[in-house]
Amino acid sequence: MTDRSLFAKNPSVLIFLACLGMFTLGVTVFSEAFGSGLISTSFVKTLGKTLCLCLIALAMDLVWGYTGILSLGHFAFFGIGGYMIGMWLMYERTRDIIVTSMAGQEIPPTESEITAAIGNQIFGVVGSSEFPAIWAFSHSLTLQLILVVAVPGLLALVFGWLAFRSRVTGVYLSILTQAMTLALALYLFQNDSGLRGNNGLSGLQNLPGLDEVPQSVVSVWFLWASAAALGLGYVFSAWVVSGKFGSVLRGIRDDEARVRFLGYSVEAYKLFIFTITAVIAGIAGALYYPQAGIINPAEIAPIASIYLAVWVAIGGRGRLYGAVIGAAFVSLVSSWFTGGQVPSIPLGFYTIDWVDWWLVLLGFSFVMVTLFAPRGIGGLFDLWTGHMAPARHGQDLGPDAGSLQEQEADQ
Amino acid sequence: MRVITLALTLLLSLSSFAFAQGSGIQEVLQTHRAAIEKGSRKTIEPAITAIAGSGLPAAQTVLQKWQQKDMWQRKEDGLFFWAEEIARKTYRLHDFDTGEPVGDYAKGDLDQLKPNSGVRAMIGAALVQFQLSDPDPTRRLDALTAIQRDAEESHLAPLSASIEGETNPAIKARKEQLLTLLTIRFGKDTATRVAAIESVSTNISLDTRAALNTLLSSRIVFDPPEEANKGRRIIPGSDDLSIDAAFELMVDAGAMKHVPTPDERKAFLLEHIDDGKVGGVPLAQLDTQEARDRAYAALNPGWNPLVSKADLVQYEQFYEVFDERDRAVTNAAQEALKSIKTRVGLNQTLDLLLDGISLASIFFLAAIGLAITFGVMGVINMAHGEFIMMGAYTGYVVQQIIPNYTVSILVALPLAFLVTFAAGVAMERLVIRHLYNRPLETLLATFGISIALQQIAKNIFGTQARPLTSPAWLDGAWVLNDVVSISYIRIAIFVLALIFLGLFLFIMKRTRLGLETRAVTQNPRMAASMGINPDKVNMLTFGLGSGIAGIAGVAIGLFAKVTSELGSDYIVQSFMTVVVGGVGNIWGTLAGAAMIGFLQKGIEWMNPSNTLAAQTYMIIFIIIFIQFRPRGIIALKGRAAGD
Amino acid sequence: MSTLLEVSGVSVSFDGFKAINNLSFQIGKAEMRAIIGPNGAGKTTFMDIVTGKTRPDEGRVIWGDKSVSLLKMSEAQIARAGVGRKFQRPTVFEDQTVFDNLLLALKKDRGPLPVLFYRRSAEDVDKVHALAEEIGLTDQLDRKSGELSHGQKQWLEIGMLLAQEPQLLLVDEPAAGMTPEEREHTTAILVEAAKTRAVVVVEHDMEFVRRLNCKVTVLHEGSVLAEGSLDHVTSNKDVIDVYLGR
Repeated sequence: MTDRSLFAKNPSVLIFLACLGMFTLGVTVFSEAFGSGLISTSFVKTLGKTLCLCLIALAMDLVWGYTGILSLGHFAFFGIGGYMIGMWLMYERTRDIIVTSMAGQEIPPTESEITAAIGNQIFGVVGSSEFPAIWAFSHSLTLQLILVVAVPGLLALVFGWLAFRSRVTGVYLSILTQAMTLALALYLFQNDSGLRGNNGLSGLQNLPGLDEVPQSVVSVWFLWASAAALGLGYVFSAWVVSGKFGSVLRGIRDDEARVRFLGYSVEAYKLFIFTITAVIAGIAGALYYPQAGIINPAEIAPIASIYLAVWVAIGGRGRLYGAVIGAAFVSLVSSWFTGGQVPSIPLGFYTIDWVDWWLVLLGFSFVMVTLFAPRGIGGLFDLWTGHMAPARHGQDLGPDAGSLQEQEADQ
Repeated sequence: MRVITLALTLLLSLSSFAFAQGSGIQEVLQTHRAAIEKGSRKTIEPAITAIAGSGLPAAQTVLQKWQQKDMWQRKEDGLFFWAEEIARKTYRLHDFDTGEPVGDYAKGDLDQLKPNSGVRAMIGAALVQFQLSDPDPTRRLDALTAIQRDAEESHLAPLSASIEGETNPAIKARKEQLLTLLTIRFGKDTATRVAAIESVSTNISLDTRAALNTLLSSRIVFDPPEEANKGRRIIPGSDDLSIDAAFELMVDAGAMKHVPTPDERKAFLLEHIDDGKVGGVPLAQLDTQEARDRAYAALNPGWNPLVSKADLVQYEQFYEVFDERDRAVTNAAQEALKSIKTRVGLNQTLDLLLDGISLASIFFLAAIGLAITFGVMGVINMAHGEFIMMGAYTGYVVQQIIPNYTVSILVALPLAFLVTFAAGVAMERLVIRHLYNRPLETLLATFGISIALQQIAKNIFGTQARPLTSPAWLDGAWVLNDVVSISYIRIAIFVLALIFLGLFLFIMKRTRLGLETRAVTQNPRMAASMGINPDKVNMLTFGLGSGIAGIAGVAIGLFAKVTSELGSDYIVQSFMTVVVGGVGNIWGTLAGAAMIGFLQKGIEWMNPSNTLAAQTYMIIFIIIFIQFRPRGIIALKGRAAGD
Repeated sequence: MSTLLEVSGVSVSFDGFKAINNLSFQIGKAEMRAIIGPNGAGKTTFMDIVTGKTRPDEGRVIWGDKSVSLLKMSEAQIARAGVGRKFQRPTVFEDQTVFDNLLLALKKDRGPLPVLFYRRSAEDVDKVHALAEEIGLTDQLDRKSGELSHGQKQWLEIGMLLAQEPQLLLVDEPAAGMTPEEREHTTAILVEAAKTRAVVVVEHDMEFVRRLNCKVTVLHEGSVLAEGSLDHVTSNKDVIDVYLGR
């Protein structure tokens, strides 16, 4: 009974990778840039963005489905990742434009004149022209890429250390993470936050120095990158949860105190998984926003993180493919409904226009899933494989069981 | 001085009264006929003084008509009348003394008197004394406001004279206050002015502060002359005076020669391009500041790039110089302003406390329902904010049906309770009942309901804000002074919060429902075995919590805009209130609301321009606060805390 | 026999109620001890203090040869120092197999990184099998522990405790809800364990305590009322008063 390889233990990883590969190949073949053009460039972008959302859903599943921390703040890390890469994209692109436009002057511009012009161009909308200190590294892709993982990781580390150290758990932690996102969003909404207030960063779809490459090609590149990131993230997550580490995580989810009395430092594990998933979320964001083209503080409002929880819950927590399916399914169906492509239902006295009623439908179907299908879409796979969970979850036992509440063992 | 003015006025009016006894104002006018006809600013003054001082009832009419260019002179005999146009080029003349019409004349037979703006201003000043003693109090007040807006030295005497006869105490007080302010600015001598300034040093009104600040208006001067009224010395490079501005002051004073800025030097270089080179430096190399400096220095041998403006201005004398010449007056004004500032600070603290209390009441109202469902039942209701919204929309709908605002509010409060009570009971029965003891799933399910309710509200009422108008008796504010005031709505909300605190305590401690709720909270099985139906108790408790949210919604809707997002604006703060206060204790909720309310106001006070930042810092503070009191301000201890 | 754990002068109160009142207690390195006492005597709170779950208001808790204080250590550190605890309710990880439960408890480096890169060795697997043998769950290794019977869960939890290789075992009511046969098995496991380490058993059931055949400490109102053999304490007048009520 010694260890087998990761893939032998988890055949679903191979199946997932195969599906992901086929999907990517299929989109490439039908894309405008490399194939028949059946799939429009904007839809390729939507698919690429969906892959990024699947990646952050994976992170959410690790932290919530496996460790039991219902974080309502992971979109903050996603947004920070986007902002970090966005700073470089915006700086470099503006620099290209400025240098080109200044090239015609009789006296060539100095470095400081170029910097001043870029600052004026970028921060003119918020009535400033000075570069804030946080843009110090924006000239370097390498440094900003490091920040993509470092800033979310560091924020998660500090926040998690504070929260877990004082043993904030359960709904308290959820509300605290939500407060964190809200604080960050409100901060970024200010004009003097240094990130252009509610204008956000824009024009991110243009890659600096690659102006001659059409968007149709760029979109496929990003799809590949997103698919690669999702694949790597999936393998990494599967590796983390399949071994003894995963066993400890699920132990923390089911009975935190017991894990502690076994001698494991629960706080260290929580902090570790919280930080790692924040980094994954940051990477997902860094891939998402160049495809979206614009990022602003509204993206990291608390509601976004709650939607993340909705995706994972609908897909099925505690299983990696569930999170991916949930994110892909809900976000694609959502864009289908809100895109106005679903026919309205005339009731005679009232016409249900799905653009308006989609959220109502989502809200109620979410309640239904929570009530009747707590294992989500992933639960369907259990029916198919005939796998059933043990039936003896947390009965009340012992002499004073009346005061003890049933453990959330089937969470 | 007032006495002298009075005596003078009296003397003047007596003499002219004797003179004009026989033929009224026309006589006075005829005496000064030449000056009036000429209408020159230099010579008109005796005429105006004579009319104003005549003491005749018609004097005011004359001045008004004259100022409005309605005074005409009959060519045939040179008499003055006021006229109105009754037909084209035809005017009806009225006698000033009797007011009776004297006949209709063609325009050609008349001369209109057209005083220029300088003369009109003088007439206006003369009119002030009439307005100040006008029998109509409104006109007296208007005159005071006019003087206050545009004070002149000439107002001082008439104002002072009018105080004696003033019968209305409120207007008299205002007149006296205004007289002090005028004395501060235009008083005859230093002693009078200083005395006036000292007399207002405890007065925190905006007018006083504005008057004192006007006295202290100053500008920064390089090396001011000996006789100037100097204030502080200003160090260049501080917040008050930048290095560049200091240098410019010296250049203006002729003490320095202008030093070209980099942009000016660049423009100079552009003008002196010679065969692809400037000053011997090829154009292509001019992409650094050093290269440009070299080129500029080559063309301007006297220019030294190393000269620093900061060094040049550093030890020079810059002072703030008051526009007011009299040092004793500015010193007194500074002293008075200092003592006023202390008082204003105290009053601002009081105002801040009132603001904090009112914000705390709002948070308390929004959170109390949540405290019941979360604290007592352990149920997280993310749709709580939407219940608040439902309450507000209920108020709006009621106002559409009942136009009387007072009645509609009285109807809306219980109705909002009923609507949200029903919604809460329905939600408990259909959803939450199945999820007891699974708090995270409850959170998610109620969130699902929250987004659905929000979207439904959007579909029904649209995205634009709906008004929920408060009755007239709630309009306005309780004004203590120019610094401290609080609107009646906020007082009403404070009272409402108190009522709910009392109501909650009553229900929990004195009623059967409260007893049963506490029993079910502590030990559901034991309670069930004693014949309490936990299902019913949970349902009613949840309904109660939701119902209070509805009432809070009506209250919040009165001062906030009613939109579908109303609830989500308050939900995070409400949760913070409950969490910070400590779960399961109404006093904890109160403490939490107070802390968050005062904290937010305090942070806003420190950084008034930015309420967004205030919220950010508040949330960060709460996150740190939770470190030290993870279970809130008022925490359950021991085994009951249920680790 | 040297002292493994020394508790002296410990008091703790919850909202004015003194749960533990100036309690002193000692146990040696390879000793079995039973703690009995009526409800509310402070038995569970005593365990909470030793394992670091509750901080006492005053007093000292000294541990091991190096005489370190347990009061400044976290629960996890105390557990790693060699104190194992079994709860009143069987708490095992029901979603995981018996094998995984035991593997989780094996004495190994507990840091996140070593655990992340952990690969199970043949030696560890053998240890798990040996433990399963000892607690009689060899046939159940691949089952999810949630599917076990109540008694089996209790044994699994004791097995997990043994896997930790603690120097001190704190066992809270191990026989609650067991059939007579299961009790016998439990007794055997505990007696075996006490040969190499200290075992403290909190129990209501006098018959079970008698079978353990060890020194008994009687707690009452948060302090020690009597100590000695079971026969000795049951003949003590105070103890009789407390149990029968005055």
